[in-house]
Amino acid sequence: MKHKNLMSLPFTLWAVIFIVLPLCLIVWYGVTLEIPVEYTQITLEDGSTAYKLEDGTIQTQEPWQKKAVISFSNFKRMVEPTYLKLLIRSLRVALLTTLICLLLGYPVALILTGKDFKHPSLWMMLIILPMWMNFLLRTYSWMSILENSGILNSWIASLREAIPAFDQFLSDRGVGNKIIFLYNENAVILGMVYNYLSFMIMPIYTVIEKIDHSLLEAAADLGASPSKSFLRVTLPYSLPGVLEGVTMVFVPAVTTFVISQLMGGGKVPLIGDVIQNQFGKSSDWHFGASLSLLVMVVVLAFMRGLHSIDKEEEVQKEVRIF
Amino acid sequence: MKKLRKVYIALIMVFLYAPIALLVLYSFNDSKSRAKWGGFTLRWYQELFSDKVIISSLMTTLSIGLLAAVISTILGTFGAIVLYQMKRGPRNMMLNVVNLPMLNSEVVTGVSLMMLFALANLQMGYMTLLLSHISFCVPYVVLSVMPKLRQLEPNLAEAAQDLGATPLQGFFKVILPDIMPGVLSGFLMALTMSIDDFVVSFFTTGSGVSNLSITIYTMAKRGISPKINALSTLIFAGVLILMLILNLKDMKNPEGAKKIEKVKIPY
Amino acid sequence: MDNNIILSIRNVKVVFEDGFTALGGVSIDIGQNEFVTLLGPSGCGKTTLLRCIGGFEKPTSGEILYKGENIIPLPPYKRNINTVFQRYALFPHMNVAQNVAFGPSLRREDKKQISARVSEMLELVGLAGFEKRRISSLSGGQQQRVAIARALINSPDVLLLDEPLGALDLKLRREMQLELKRIQRESGITFIFVTHDQEEALTMSDRVAVMRAGEILQLGTPVDIYNEPESAFVADFIGASNILPSTMVRDHLVHFLGTDFPCADSGFGENNPVDVVLRPEDVKLKPESDPANGVVGVVESLLFKGVHYEMKVRTGADALLVHSTHARQVGTRVKMTVAPEDIQVMRKSDYSPDVRARKGEGGAQ
Repeated sequence: MKHKNLMSLPFTLWAVIFIVLPLCLIVWYGVTLEIPVEYTQITLEDGSTAYKLEDGTIQTQEPWQKKAVISFSNFKRMVEPTYLKLLIRSLRVALLTTLICLLLGYPVALILTGKDFKHPSLWMMLIILPMWMNFLLRTYSWMSILENSGILNSWIASLREAIPAFDQFLSDRGVGNKIIFLYNENAVILGMVYNYLSFMIMPIYTVIEKIDHSLLEAAADLGASPSKSFLRVTLPYSLPGVLEGVTMVFVPAVTTFVISQLMGGGKVPLIGDVIQNQFGKSSDWHFGASLSLLVMVVVLAFMRGLHSIDKEEEVQKEVRIF
Repeated sequence: MKKLRKVYIALIMVFLYAPIALLVLYSFNDSKSRAKWGGFTLRWYQELFSDKVIISSLMTTLSIGLLAAVISTILGTFGAIVLYQMKRGPRNMMLNVVNLPMLNSEVVTGVSLMMLFALANLQMGYMTLLLSHISFCVPYVVLSVMPKLRQLEPNLAEAAQDLGATPLQGFFKVILPDIMPGVLSGFLMALTMSIDDFVVSFFTTGSGVSNLSITIYTMAKRGISPKINALSTLIFAGVLILMLILNLKDMKNPEGAKKIEKVKIPY
Repeated sequence: MDNNIILSIRNVKVVFEDGFTALGGVSIDIGQNEFVTLLGPSGCGKTTLLRCIGGFEKPTSGEILYKGENIIPLPPYKRNINTVFQRYALFPHMNVAQNVAFGPSLRREDKKQISARVSEMLELVGLAGFEKRRISSLSGGQQQRVAIARALINSPDVLLLDEPLGALDLKLRREMQLELKRIQRESGITFIFVTHDQEEALTMSDRVAVMRAGEILQLGTPVDIYNEPESAFVADFIGASNILPSTMVRDHLVHFLGTDFPCADSGFGENNPVDVVLRPEDVKLKPESDPANGVVGVVESLLFKGVHYEMKVRTGADALLVHSTHARQVGTRVKMTVAPEDIQVMRKSDYSPDVRARKGEGGAQ
């Protein structure tokens, strides 16, 4: 028994240092502020000036020390209009992305598990394949298409040259020579959908594939039309997959800062961008930590909400949050 | 109706592959602008290979990936065994702790590790990059080894000792070979996660050490470069070959068919 | 006998971390070449005792002497004792030969020699030619045999078998019982066998230890255990029995079912409460008018069981189980008689039917 405890020590230590401690740091920084220490200027016996700090120490240099005080002003700052607008946008973009991925992805999973395709797993592999490429490159590929002097614009330009009627049609509608596709919210959403679509399809496919075909046959046998047996059998059974897909898309979507920077060109900042900024240029770790804390809470609350829809899955995955 | 379904899948495939196809196409374009086709060239590939920054960040990516994968596989396998032997209560608590990084978003993980290294007064660089990669890979190794341990015949280790193996011999001769599929898929997962990572690396590196992701990010922010097209093409080709190899193996071994789905890259 | 004792278990106690007493001070001596069975319901401590001998469990107190030397501090891999586990615990990534060769190859014995021994062992367990087979391609019975061969190749002095036949179907189990007995005879190894199946215990063993709640209740040959159970629990567990609360009138006379019966037992004092065991096949049915000493009852049910009929005969509040080759129709009034030597008198225990009824556990009847 004793050596068993001894064996678990290094791993527990690792978990504490690299998982628990960092999270504690976020919480600590999140609820504190750094302010300069208070001091009084005094004159020493030899007539020189010195400074007496609040803890009683005396030093000759002007005090530079700071102290951490517990303060919730960071959280107040979040509801300032600038940041509030940004938080709402982050949620909106993430939710829209999740919804689009679901609407696009669910039919893919459904069709591939149906009878039209002989090798569904091969098709699934094709869908997963792009995910193996670095997501920066995936995002970059859209940038090179949608850029002002990008592929799409150059193609449209050639089309305009070739077909005067088309050119006329566009000009009538006030479309200039270069159409601006990038650097707006839609471009950011497009980038996210492209990056995360497979994450939605994969779990749904896995779940639908496992549905016992005799269930569907039984439903048909009992007189259910295809649409009814979809509503009554396939849809409820695929719910766990949908929930996992939604999680896998929503979590990265709500926190990304790369896609918003590349596709949005800095014009569509999201909460992830602000956090990145606090740890970079602005260097306000306390505010950054508070925002991270907020993100953590949003994500956990979101997952908690999802799991309450489907209790069974909570048991299966053994990933309980609380 | 059937036709409609096939068209739909075709459209999705176009959506997924068209951008990549264009990248590949334009990586051979002998003209810096995408407006016109300037003829076939390998110029961008030559430039790519003579770009010292890219080559060195490729090396960083590979060495960090391999080191992080090996270390986190050892640590994670060890951890899974430790967890497996724990009593129910503490085990569930530890599992929740280990799962936390997977539930957290990458930004939070990156930021929190950055603060940890700052607290420990570590100079941001190769070491901190490696440590952070190990730390986000370990949970995935634990996750993939744990089910294999659960499937283990409960008396296996005892049987080995009963037949004269020391506990260590028993582990290497009996337990490890048996959980090897889980260990390997954990290793593969750790490797791909590390190679693919950008966000955590972004926060935990410094002193000029940058991996491929960070280099691409910097380049992409500056604007489009055909060199990146060439790089993308090479990476895509590599991934394609890897998948083909995996898939050919799966044809012989039906159990492996699920492997590809398991090795997924979560955000 | 003393010289032949290979394993001596002395007052072994096991208290688990949660305070549960799995073994409450068990002592038993096991001789060379003996086939000893630990018999009892699940949770009686039989497996725990086996694990103590194998070295997988450390007793809280007590001694386990192996050829006179206390082996409790020795880890399993330093004991010349091998185990056949309940679910075999074969190594799934190795084939049959590799599994069997595991022990010798750990000791780095000569490879040619090992493979010869492996074949020899496989032949002994009836699996000649199975060397290259994968474990997953074997049936339960075959896996069982591999597990035995894997243990026997180490030429242990003692082989521990933890309910090895539990997973097999009835026919296969019967076959393996004979097979195990044969292997034990041929190899000359001491077998310590754990089971909860009384029939298995009685067929195979030289001696049986009946266990309950961490204690050995009775240790003896199968015949002794069957014919002369010392307590109601043993009698009940060993097979279908009638256990009746009785009074020992004096030596050689016991009173139950409202009647005095002469019996062979003595030494229980006078007018003391005792339990009496009547084997169903020992209760003889005679016509009601028969003058012999007995109790009159009514046949309540009749079942044909192949070699005999099983009847339930009611007399007052009690009903007796009776086996007879002769069927009596339901409703027939009969007289039940028992020969004095067929009455087994036992001391009262907490398992006695009347004691259990008072505790609310429900009697044996």
